[in-house]
Amino acid sequence: MKSDAEPGRFVFPAWTNLIRPALAIVLVTLPAYLVALVWLGGSPKTTDVGYRPEQPVPFSHALHAGQLGMDCRYCHTTVERAAFAAIPPTQTCMNCHKQVRANSPRLLTVRESYASGLPIPWVKVHDLPDYAYFNHSAHLRAGVGCASCHGRVDTMEVVQQVHTLSMGWCLDCHRNPDPHLRPPELVTVMDWVAPGDPAEHGRRLREAAGINPSVDCWTCHR
Amino acid sequence: MSAIPLDLDNTLERPGERAPLVLGKSDLASITEQVCEIAERPRPSREWWLAFGTSASLTFVLFAMLGYLFWTGLGVWGINQPVAWGFAIINFVFWVGIGHAGTLISAILFLFRQKWRTSINRFAEAMTIFAVICAGLFPAIHVGRPWFEYWLAPLPNQMQMWPNFRSPLLWDVFAVSTYFTVSLMFWYMGMVPDLATLRDRARSKIRQIAYGIAALGWRGSGRHWHRYERAYLLLAALATPLVLSVHSVVSFDFAVSQLPGWHATIFPPYFVAGAIFSGFAMVLTLLIPVRHIFRLESLITPRHLDNMAKIILATGSMVGYSYIIEFFIAWYSGNPYESFTFLNRALGPYAWSYWIMFTCNAIIPQLLWFKRLRQTPGLLLVISIFVNIGMWFERFVIVVTSLSRDFLPSSWGVYWPTWVDLLTFLGSFGLFFTLFLLFLRFLPIVAMAEVKSVVPAAGLELGPHRGHGQYWGEIPHQHDEENER
Repeated sequence: MKSDAEPGRFVFPAWTNLIRPALAIVLVTLPAYLVALVWLGGSPKTTDVGYRPEQPVPFSHALHAGQLGMDCRYCHTTVERAAFAAIPPTQTCMNCHKQVRANSPRLLTVRESYASGLPIPWVKVHDLPDYAYFNHSAHLRAGVGCASCHGRVDTMEVVQQVHTLSMGWCLDCHRNPDPHLRPPELVTVMDWVAPGDPAEHGRRLREAAGINPSVDCWTCHR
Repeated sequence: MSAIPLDLDNTLERPGERAPLVLGKSDLASITEQVCEIAERPRPSREWWLAFGTSASLTFVLFAMLGYLFWTGLGVWGINQPVAWGFAIINFVFWVGIGHAGTLISAILFLFRQKWRTSINRFAEAMTIFAVICAGLFPAIHVGRPWFEYWLAPLPNQMQMWPNFRSPLLWDVFAVSTYFTVSLMFWYMGMVPDLATLRDRARSKIRQIAYGIAALGWRGSGRHWHRYERAYLLLAALATPLVLSVHSVVSFDFAVSQLPGWHATIFPPYFVAGAIFSGFAMVLTLLIPVRHIFRLESLITPRHLDNMAKIILATGSMVGYSYIIEFFIAWYSGNPYESFTFLNRALGPYAWSYWIMFTCNAIIPQLLWFKRLRQTPGLLLVISIFVNIGMWFERFVIVVTSLSRDFLPSSWGVYWPTWVDLLTFLGSFGLFFTLFLLFLRFLPIVAMAEVKSVVPAAGLELGPHRGHGQYWGEIPHQHDEENER
């Protein structure tokens, strides 16, 4: 204790004067911290947007679905009747590739798989947590296009995740599905654009089909 | 030094004269001495150690029960369907109700210029803080998985999951935490000048530093006092609506539901009256022994006890009125479930608890109409303990009878607490008294600075008005001489 104080009396030491400027610094940096927190929390690194794993075969969706105009359902056959959109077996590839580029070195893995009967180890891109129940067929029947969630796969050389697939993202659409609805027969049309206002168009489709997306916990967490 | 006889009956009302609120040979210095001495004793008495040992052991029991609860799960309690709200909610409402006297005394009585609050406000506020701590514990452990408690806070998240803002249970979280924060600030801020007094009198290094830090560099300058009084007034204004809002929100936990016996518009005022009733009873339960042990009769005078007893009488009558009018509401509603619930309360399997409640809350406090009883501290103590018991049973009756027999007889059930329930409740008293005994040991238990403002020490010799009248009659009356002139 400093000697200028009365003997036996506590006086706040001089360094405590620093508390006030320190507090000011905290108050100034706090907003910066909050901004950084939200920024980093929403950054693609955190949300997996842009996740683009290397696949065992350099398969190009841009070529097959884009240039060649193959329908999604040619390969992902179960998407209209099952929860899971099937990854095609090697046999599906060989339907064409027995004739087309049958000797391409880029297709070596496919031919090996066809010969051995062991599936190609594709890497799953859109991977929901196991506690979230998702059904492809229900969404297709309601008229949610493939592109609404997966993006323009027909332009991707390598498929990547374009949306966060977070619970909040799901709820955004479940609470307001109108802008994302289209006639169910057009779900796989990748470049489909709503005639006029998408929300208005979707509203009419929703009312006609009686679509009422649930937001109860047990809709997805069963 | 005013020499008002210590046995003066200052409960009388004399028009034009103010009753003295400090008796005996008290002046500014003696009040400092009297209050500080309690916190400055070199070592506590054996009785203090005994009380502290007991309550600390009970606190240990509380923590052991919490550990057992967290380890094993809520099944160790008596709750189940249909009575899913058992002791935890009863105890929560009980403790939070007790926590209402402090703010009423410190804020509302302050705004109404009730000077008698000065001797008891520190004490009541401390009791409030400790009671709200005990109260907050119970909902926190009742949720079952306390490590998910942060879900109660509206934190932004990618799931867009928010607490249910339409649920009164969430309103409770905000109401009680706001109440605790404001009460704590009020208590601490009001204590700063007194902590500075203790700091200035401190002899040992540790006490000098501890009180020195706690006193925040208070020097008692005019500017300090000016800011202090301003802040105190503002906090009082902030705290005043809380006195009414917190227990109203607690009552919504019940009233917003659809259950017969809970779903009633009378609940908020009925709960607020009950809270003030139980709070004042707890203040008396603690104050009367403390006043006796620490010889504070000159500061906490018969008038203080008398005033508190009158508040207990008033709020007790309101509570009793509510008990009776509930039967009228049940009948007048024409709702058979409502009528059944109240008949079931008074005559059903839990009738014993109803009649304990009714006797303790509605009948026994009516004794306080007799002035002689209001002025007998021992009897007041007994009555206040009855009120505490009665108010606990009130919550028991509300929670258990309504839940155990609701609409469908097929879903009726019976609730009994387990030993874990009972020991947890007992342990909460341990926590309460542990904190309270530490308060008695280390802090100024009477707001010295405020009491000094009501000591008629200054200017007594100057005649009437300067000394606020001559109620106690020892100073010669000068009214007549002045009037003649």
